[in-house]
Amino acid sequence: MKIRTSLMATAALSLIVVACGNAATTSAPASSTPEPSTAPASEAASTAPEVTPAPAAEPFRVAVIMPSSTTDLAFSQSMYAALVAEQEKAGGEANFEIKFTENMFNVPDAQAAIRDYASQGFDLVVAHGSQYGAGVEEIAKDFPEVSFAWGTDVNTFGLPNVFAYTAAAEEGGYVNGVLAALVSTTKKIGVTGPVEVGDAKTYIDGFTQGVTATDPSIKVSKTWTGSFSDVAAMTEAAKAHITAGADVLTGSSQSVVGSIGAAKDAGNVLWFGTQSDQVSLAPTLVVASQVYDWTVVLDDIITKIQSGTLGGEIYTLKLENGGLKIAYNSGYALAADAKAAGDKAIADITSGAVTVTP
Amino acid sequence: MNEAVLATIVAIAAASLRLATPYLFASIGEMFAQRSGVLNLGVDGIMLVGAFAAFYGTLTTGSVWVGVAVAMVAGLAMGLLMSVISVTLKAEQGISGIGLSLFGLGLSSLLFKVLVGTVKTVDGFRPIHIPLLSDLPYLGDIFFSQNLTVYVAFLLVPVSWYVLERTPWGLTVRAVGQNPAAADTLGVNVTVVRYLCVCLGAVLAGLAGAALSIASVNLFQENLTAGAGYIAVALVYFGGWRPVGILMGALLFSTVTAIQLRMQVLGIEMPSDFAVMLPYVLTIVALTFSANRARQPAALNQPFERGVA
Repeated sequence: MKIRTSLMATAALSLIVVACGNAATTSAPASSTPEPSTAPASEAASTAPEVTPAPAAEPFRVAVIMPSSTTDLAFSQSMYAALVAEQEKAGGEANFEIKFTENMFNVPDAQAAIRDYASQGFDLVVAHGSQYGAGVEEIAKDFPEVSFAWGTDVNTFGLPNVFAYTAAAEEGGYVNGVLAALVSTTKKIGVTGPVEVGDAKTYIDGFTQGVTATDPSIKVSKTWTGSFSDVAAMTEAAKAHITAGADVLTGSSQSVVGSIGAAKDAGNVLWFGTQSDQVSLAPTLVVASQVYDWTVVLDDIITKIQSGTLGGEIYTLKLENGGLKIAYNSGYALAADAKAAGDKAIADITSGAVTVTP
Repeated sequence: MNEAVLATIVAIAAASLRLATPYLFASIGEMFAQRSGVLNLGVDGIMLVGAFAAFYGTLTTGSVWVGVAVAMVAGLAMGLLMSVISVTLKAEQGISGIGLSLFGLGLSSLLFKVLVGTVKTVDGFRPIHIPLLSDLPYLGDIFFSQNLTVYVAFLLVPVSWYVLERTPWGLTVRAVGQNPAAADTLGVNVTVVRYLCVCLGAVLAGLAGAALSIASVNLFQENLTAGAGYIAVALVYFGGWRPVGILMGALLFSTVTAIQLRMQVLGIEMPSDFAVMLPYVLTIVALTFSANRARQPAALNQPFERGVA
């Protein structure tokens, strides 16, 4: 009996905390849902005061499932920030409701969350991770009246209620590469990547092309840690590049905070970011970041849904459509000619004069 | 030998000492728990709570020492929880340890979200260059230019060996792990010894977390350990429940990791997926060939019931 009781106590304790800490489901941002919250696991997590008077019209309701947290300074944050921007555009929470479930590294959990949201009648369910594809394909068939968007991928499974979106990360990677080649004095550049797939790979491929096109004598060496979340490995990988003489680093995934930390410790190593603006981590060392702006995609998806089209479209963030932006860090004094070269690279890619192969 | 190759070897050696540090703290702590007969699989969760506590203490006060103190207290609290569950309530140790791991993961993520919110960096432990010794060619860079946690972790190896093998208390711990019923008849309080060992292990696991968050990466992120606590438990088996064995295991694992992370820098062409697998594959292979079950504490994983044996 004793054993059973304590086991149950442990299990219950873990479940409660895991539920509210690791996979928090929250409404956003200044939570006040127009109707009682019924989101999965929100019993433990949601502390939303429900004070807003019911709006005149039905709000547009979006749910998003993300692999990491809304504050990861990378992939998940880029989508969350875009949704909040859409919310502001729509005139706040009364017209545009956002629910999110974060830290869904575990795919079966994510699928359960996707299905839950779909059954709650959200207008749009965003499955923000390429690993969620199989789940979206299956669940979208069961909920033909709900619109799904997922990425990064280019497959809508031929379903009329699925949108797919991706980012041409190689484009901003190329621009970062051009800039990196111009600011490196040791002619050695280090890349710290997670796993050689998806936009991590295309970003780094584009980056390498940008460096080589600008200065073929520069050596770009790459390390893959094999994990999207292992910060300690990223730190060590960055240190390896720095000891080998690299004075410029870049990398992708939410674990690059480790690389940025290593650059900061070294003091004179510059950083190029991607996915989100990473200036806040090293205000003087980040030269520029490629920023994903999903509002371009969301604008069109929302318009389409409101006019009755629930899917079928494939979107790609590009420099040309404004979905990719290069955010220069005002805290870093970038030489005028380097900035000009960066701007020229942006213009060339936009006009098609330069093609970057992913 | 060519200068560049030598510099790379020095860098790999220095990195392997750095990378071994959290494992040493956690594994030596876990060794104490296991030598007293308690398998604590919650190391990863304790490390996470310790890592967050150290990070938060340092972030709010600016002092790494406050960070270390908070990490130890947090580790102690987790150790007490594990002791109550597995020693007093006699829950199945493996399962309750996994529960504790999940609890630590959830708790640290929750506190991080509520108290900090976004990724921030702190000023952690800086490398200490030991006078004279750090000027030695090559050796100075490898052994005498590390941060304080590295020195302490390596000091723990002889200290823990001495405590376990050469002190009366160490003998008591070993007796409790081998034959708690016999120890009990000799007047040893098995429960107290196990509480002490689990808590000591947990405090060291808390320090392992601190070594990650305020010495190695100087920041906290959800699931910062990425499973390092489980590797630490494996290293205890690998090391045959002895400090020296654990040291060898930790160094093997960290050296291969350090080499793997430098493979591309060295210009060795190898598919990245294979390189990433290397440390784990080698660990499994080494574990297979070095397995020495004979050294396993006889009462490991067995709750002690007085009069039932």
